[in-house]
Amino acid sequence: MEPALETSLVLEHGRSWCASVWEFARRRPLGAAGAAIVIIMAVAAALAPVVAPYDPLATDYSAMLAAPSSAHWLGTDAFGRDVLSRIIYGARTALTVGIVSALLGATLGAIVGVGSAYFGGWVDLLGERVVDVLLSFPLVIMALAVVATLGNGVWNVVLAITIPMAPRCARVIRSSALAIRRTAYVDAARAAGFSRARIILRHMLPNVMAPYLVMLTAFMGQAVLLEASLSFLGLGVAEPTPAWGLMLKGAAVDFAETAPWLALWPGIAISAAVFAFNLFGDALRDALDPRLRAL
Amino acid sequence: MIPTLLGVAALVFLLMRVLPGDIVELRFAGESAYASRATLELERQRLGLDRPLWLQFADWTWGLVRLDLGRSMWTGAPIAHEIGLRFQLSLELALLATLIAVVLAIPLGIVAAVWRETWVDYVVRVVSIAGLAVPSFWLGIVLILVLLRVFHWLPPIEFTPLAVNPWHNLGQLVWPALAVGYRYSAVSTRMMRATMLEVLREDYIRTARAKGLWRRLVLSRHAVKNAMLPVFTVIALEFAFLLGGLVVTEQVFNLNGLGSLFVEAIAHRDYTLTQALVLLVAVATVVANFLVDLTYAWLDPRIRYR
Repeated sequence: MEPALETSLVLEHGRSWCASVWEFARRRPLGAAGAAIVIIMAVAAALAPVVAPYDPLATDYSAMLAAPSSAHWLGTDAFGRDVLSRIIYGARTALTVGIVSALLGATLGAIVGVGSAYFGGWVDLLGERVVDVLLSFPLVIMALAVVATLGNGVWNVVLAITIPMAPRCARVIRSSALAIRRTAYVDAARAAGFSRARIILRHMLPNVMAPYLVMLTAFMGQAVLLEASLSFLGLGVAEPTPAWGLMLKGAAVDFAETAPWLALWPGIAISAAVFAFNLFGDALRDALDPRLRAL
Repeated sequence: MIPTLLGVAALVFLLMRVLPGDIVELRFAGESAYASRATLELERQRLGLDRPLWLQFADWTWGLVRLDLGRSMWTGAPIAHEIGLRFQLSLELALLATLIAVVLAIPLGIVAAVWRETWVDYVVRVVSIAGLAVPSFWLGIVLILVLLRVFHWLPPIEFTPLAVNPWHNLGQLVWPALAVGYRYSAVSTRMMRATMLEVLREDYIRTARAKGLWRRLVLSRHAVKNAMLPVFTVIALEFAFLLGGLVVTEQVFNLNGLGSLFVEAIAHRDYTLTQALVLLVAVATVVANFLVDLTYAWLDPRIRYR
């Protein structure tokens, strides 16, 4: 089966970058909405000191567990910290961890996948076995093991999420790269004496771009969820760094009677972020190559 | 199959040894208790931790071949006993979640495909994307909140087997099953919709309609059966991960399942228990894969006649 040698409208040569983006937004409004939400969150997170009404670490023991009011729009938590500010600052942790670990995981997976497909033979066999073994661990367990080794902290969490993501990406990228590897023009290029690097860069990578981008955006949503789960278990970022999962940690049963809203806001924030990433990822996948629908 | 399992066994064996922290120290000298070095050494000898690595690995694999998982290093109880207690709960939870997922996903996926690009389709798509986005542990928290505030009722905390007291059992497990099942069904709904769309475009569907077959018959006899296979694969493969991967949900609902056992074992650096648990999940995945292959062969006559 011939792989897609011409990609869709979005990646056409000669089209200006702005035109492609506008075309995408026009034809797929849901995806554009998702992207817009992500951008708004990112901007709010970057400008957090300006946007947030209070300092997220500032305690106010006279207003503990206060209900939502005009002073504290989303209420306060057990230490009197403003929930709205903590959610805005929490976006920093969530988006940093989500985007960085997705980038690292997808790129690492792509490198392993392309290398495995290109070199073939025992390299491929070994790579496949290692990936199989890594994939038989549930996502959370693997992340847990890494955090247990390295301890809490943002960058340890990033590593903990990258490691389970990479094999999943490697497997998908490998099958795309294999499809290109077996075509006639790669053989012709090798016969003509092109160096390995040139073949990989100029022929295999562009074909692998579409699944790579799709996996990247899919991973971002998953990474945000995974970070929230790890923080909820107490194995993510440490207190008092604001993080959405951490905010849910004590809120469930401890304050169910007195302050039920504490459990609502962080969950809504997590859902909104992952929802936006998923919407954008879906639309991107449809635009790049509808045959990737099975992913 | 066997090489993968062996690879998993070797990897988890090595990984556990790489983790810093020593179970003997954690157990005897943790929390600023005092234990003399001689005591710690004696305990290490008893657990077999002072022997060379390859010997420990060989011992463990030999035990596996005889289906003897050994004893937990932390509690000293046989591992089969430790796992057995919680396996029942985790298995039942996984089965319930799968049931909910299947009951939701298949009709919704079919309906969304048949009425594509209408409001029904959009509602189903939004609901399933939301299912992927909403963290299942948060859904669990919200469920508990609603139960508490609106109905003034908390699910039972102790586990009773289904045979002993069905109401108690279901009353405890149906809520986490709902929370997990919603997310699970989201994946399956999207898959079902995608495969149905593909199948409905096929020539044989058009022929059947052209022949004048009732729409409902075309759907049930031809379309759904063909579309089911990939969805079935997805469901079966996810099931294997449900056994050990529900760590956070168990935390929220205070369940004594395999996920919590996993966390405890890693925290205690209990080598034998962790190794056994990981192998269990790996074996479950392999078995699920195998069953899926078998069922493919059974359901798809084209494969049978090869």
